[in-house]
Amino acid sequence: MTIEEIVFYAFALLAVTASFLVVNLRNTARALFLFFVVLFAMAGLYLFALADFVAITQILVYVGGVLILLIFAFMLSNRELLDDLQNTSKRFISLPNWQSALLVTAFLAIMVYVFHSWGKHLPHWISEAEAKGTVILPTDNTVETLGFKFMTQYILPFEVISIFLMMTLIGAAHLSRKEDNT
Amino acid sequence: MITLTHFLVVSACIFCIGLYAVLAKRNAIMILVGIELMINAAILNFVAFGKYDKENYGGQIFALFAIVLAAAAVAVGLAIILNVYRHYKTINPEKIHELKD
Repeated sequence: MTIEEIVFYAFALLAVTASFLVVNLRNTARALFLFFVVLFAMAGLYLFALADFVAITQILVYVGGVLILLIFAFMLSNRELLDDLQNTSKRFISLPNWQSALLVTAFLAIMVYVFHSWGKHLPHWISEAEAKGTVILPTDNTVETLGFKFMTQYILPFEVISIFLMMTLIGAAHLSRKEDNT
Repeated sequence: MITLTHFLVVSACIFCIGLYAVLAKRNAIMILVGIELMINAAILNFVAFGKYDKENYGGQIFALFAIVLAAAAVAVGLAIILNVYRHYKTINPEKIHELKD
């Protein structure tokens, strides 16, 4: 077992256990703060796929933006909002715990089985890329290449998504404003 | 050597935990966290496959787009949750079952 594998398994274990705890803790504040750990561990996993810029963006956007927003929403709400009622219900979107656990375990079993049988014969384009050597290597400068790609090949989606982000942020600010003074 | 299957299995675990949160939680904020977990699992898949695409860097670029889209979704979702709370005095999705005023 190399050091690379040990660190990968440590990050994977950290991500899975922390997200398991996020889902199972009754205390919403603790769950939200544990979500930090999940996001950092996921950023570490992205590094193993040689996506360093994506990992940094994950930390900047998720930990710096999304999580702070979630914690703000949590702090702005009162006690009554936070109690996690666990009574049974008949609606699909909020199944009882054991039913959703059963559903999720079955789904996980199917996915893991499929990945294991699929991993033995990879798709054509992956084996072709490995044969031709067009695989991202740890020595490549991915940040510079990503900058060039964003400004040349992917310029249209980049502009579209920046307009979209501005529209959603204005919309969110408009939605969460007090209604009285209109 | 870390193969593609390693990444896929880890992201399947994270995705299923997020799915559990969406199905079982009675709190809209925790449902949003579950959706974020599922998006993170999808991004991990994008990045893992993107390693084999040096010509276009498709995986990494789409992962960045997905992160931005998730941030936008959270901003709008939290605004909607705050409005729903102001209106119904609860964020338990079970108790919100009418659209009219």
